[in-house]
Amino acid sequence: MATKRGNTKAATSSVGSKVLIQFYRDMLLIRRFEERAGQLYGMGLIGGFCHLYIGQEAVVVGLQACSKPGDSVITSYRDHGHMLACGMDPKGVMAELTGRAGGYSKGKGGSMHMFSREKGFYGGHGIVGAQVPIGTGLAFAHKYKNDGGLSFAYFGDGAANQGQIYESFNMAGLWKLPVIYVIENNKYGMGTSVQRASASPDLHKRGEPFGLRTMTVDGMSVTAVYEAGRDATEYVRSGEGPVLMEVNTYRYRGHSMSDPAKYRAKEELQKMREQFDPIDRLRAELVEMKAMDEDGFKAIDKEIKDIVTAAAEFSQTSPEPDPAELWTDILVEAA
Amino acid sequence: MTIQILMPALSPTMTEGKLTKWLVKEGDKVSSGKILAEIETDKATMELEAIDEGIVGKLLVSEGSEVIPVNQPIAILLEGDEKASSIKATSVTTPMAAKTESIAAAAAAAPQAATSAPEKEYTSFKTQTVREALRDAIAEEMRRDPNVFLMGEEVAEYQGAYKISQGLLDEFGAKRVIDTPITEHGFAGLSVGAAFGGLRPIVEFMTFNFAMQAIDHIINSAAKTLYMSGGQLGCPVVFRGPNGAAARVGAQHSQCYASWYAHIPGLKVLAPWSAADAKGLLKAAIRDPNPVIFLENEILYGQSFEVPADDDFILPIGKAKVERVGAHVTIVAFSIMVGKALQAAEILAKEGIEAEVINLRSIRPLDTETIILSVQKTNRCVTVEEGWATSGIGCEIAARIMEQAFDDLDAPVARVAGKDVPMPYAANLEVMALPQIADIVAAAKSVCYR
Repeated sequence: MATKRGNTKAATSSVGSKVLIQFYRDMLLIRRFEERAGQLYGMGLIGGFCHLYIGQEAVVVGLQACSKPGDSVITSYRDHGHMLACGMDPKGVMAELTGRAGGYSKGKGGSMHMFSREKGFYGGHGIVGAQVPIGTGLAFAHKYKNDGGLSFAYFGDGAANQGQIYESFNMAGLWKLPVIYVIENNKYGMGTSVQRASASPDLHKRGEPFGLRTMTVDGMSVTAVYEAGRDATEYVRSGEGPVLMEVNTYRYRGHSMSDPAKYRAKEELQKMREQFDPIDRLRAELVEMKAMDEDGFKAIDKEIKDIVTAAAEFSQTSPEPDPAELWTDILVEAA
Repeated sequence: MTIQILMPALSPTMTEGKLTKWLVKEGDKVSSGKILAEIETDKATMELEAIDEGIVGKLLVSEGSEVIPVNQPIAILLEGDEKASSIKATSVTTPMAAKTESIAAAAAAAPQAATSAPEKEYTSFKTQTVREALRDAIAEEMRRDPNVFLMGEEVAEYQGAYKISQGLLDEFGAKRVIDTPITEHGFAGLSVGAAFGGLRPIVEFMTFNFAMQAIDHIINSAAKTLYMSGGQLGCPVVFRGPNGAAARVGAQHSQCYASWYAHIPGLKVLAPWSAADAKGLLKAAIRDPNPVIFLENEILYGQSFEVPADDDFILPIGKAKVERVGAHVTIVAFSIMVGKALQAAEILAKEGIEAEVINLRSIRPLDTETIILSVQKTNRCVTVEEGWATSGIGCEIAARIMEQAFDDLDAPVARVAGKDVPMPYAANLEVMALPQIADIVAAAKSVCYR
């Protein structure tokens, strides 16, 4: 099968202002949610590991806008943004971060382990790369059941060097499974840059030997991601087989909360924030298009602030899990 | 309104830190994301970012201050057009701090495992090999439930490396009997995803030795997700294949994994001996809503046994079987060692020792009740396993007997196990490395002080 490089450029032409405003809102929700999560972590309300998605919002917002009900989504431990983009309740997500009974996993999973079968979100996985074969299996189930669904399997540039990724590509290519593999290339696997970890830094090319259609996308432009996503979903839904999309993005914060990010120049981060921020860029586009006035932006800001405040409050007022929960959910009782 | 900026915890273990440098001064306007200060944690020097917009009203700690506890206010931010004078006038609410109370109540006892329904009595039997019994179990369950499918290396066109899946491709087609590439890590993970997606995969490992490449998915993905998801995401997968030593295949192909998997909450672990065990337990495993490790034995595949000739034959998981009744010593074994234990019992009987032989069938959950009842009668116990003694199944059985029947013991529990060496290739050494009938006889005599 011939592979095709789909190079996309930031284009607003085909995307209506209503959709763009929704993207703006969805990205802002993730940004503000993550900032608040960072704050709650600082207050000791969130424990352990906490990996923030700030800077990468355009990736999941642009792609999930192309999903349909019944599709499956799976990702790594940097998962809060994906859950919000799947329509999961910010309250339930934040309460899981604080380890409370009202969290999506009753407080037993934490930041890295949350799921919603109802929203088609299958985690939240703490082992680098492990979500990729599982996401391939979700695609296998869609094909087996012939339900028209597809699977989005997100992973990072660091996971791209895991052997199981290529085992998955091979089976997906062999069996033409309905899966979109999304490499969120944020340039660093923890503290190691792509150049220092990958013999060939063009990660999308790694799909070619397996017959995957490959694409590279500007992940700091939500419209570019959206257009690439529409192209990819159409291709996969038509039964042509899997797609590998490398989305170039940038993580503003450290790998986890305790990472001072000394491995990159401050100027690099500053440049990405000031010139390529996906939210600022979209806001400028909306202003230029006269799609929304200052009052409109203020209204969205307030709506988001209220949602995040309510989530933070819920995450602190929801009780800790009942001690009896220690012993539940280990095995499913046979019917 | 004023906002307090608190000393943040910037690592999982940080309880206090040093404010090395302020990067803003009073009166500065800041927006979300602006770096306010540098803070030295127990791990590194980190930057503190503003979350909210506003004007720096007051810096409450000076640069270079050390040992600032987490959650102590370090600065005050004014929102909108407030003046610094409003700091005193406005009551500042301290955000709720983290609770770290210990939960003594969590020591609530683990619920007792539900007692399984007793095994049904069957009257009509047919003679089958273990291989045929396994194939019939898979075929019957695939007929019963269209979501059951079989995947693994050489299971379809080759008809199974050990011919367990003979004829299944013909009956069920390539959609449900799937040859995989040699990619254990990948297809084990794929099967977990398929189970999350509503299917019921049976994964054949050509041998369990190769499942070590897949063990991350078996444990981290299959066994733990139900708990981590608060009960939302069950994983009905059967991982099956030959386990333990075959004959003369050397160290990398001859290992018993029973104790490895028995260690993991969230898994069920079964080890059939007879063809009836194989059929009844595999059917139960396929119907079970949890991940099941199904440990077969290559040498047993060709052995014949009586299997109930009943379409509804199925065995309960978690129930051991007393294969031979005896009053003097209890021998607990599983898989191929059950046959050896029964042969040992015949020899012992000639010497006046009546051994009770228990076939565990299920390693996790372990049928402690059957073992304890037997030991209360015999007051002696020998455990037999092919795997190594250290941290083996025999250790677990001995511990449970000590906990629940200490006063019934007339002798310490004896363990017969594989020798503590990688499996040798040479025929004579291999025999020495594996538990033999004579070893079981000797152990039984020793606990009887004979």
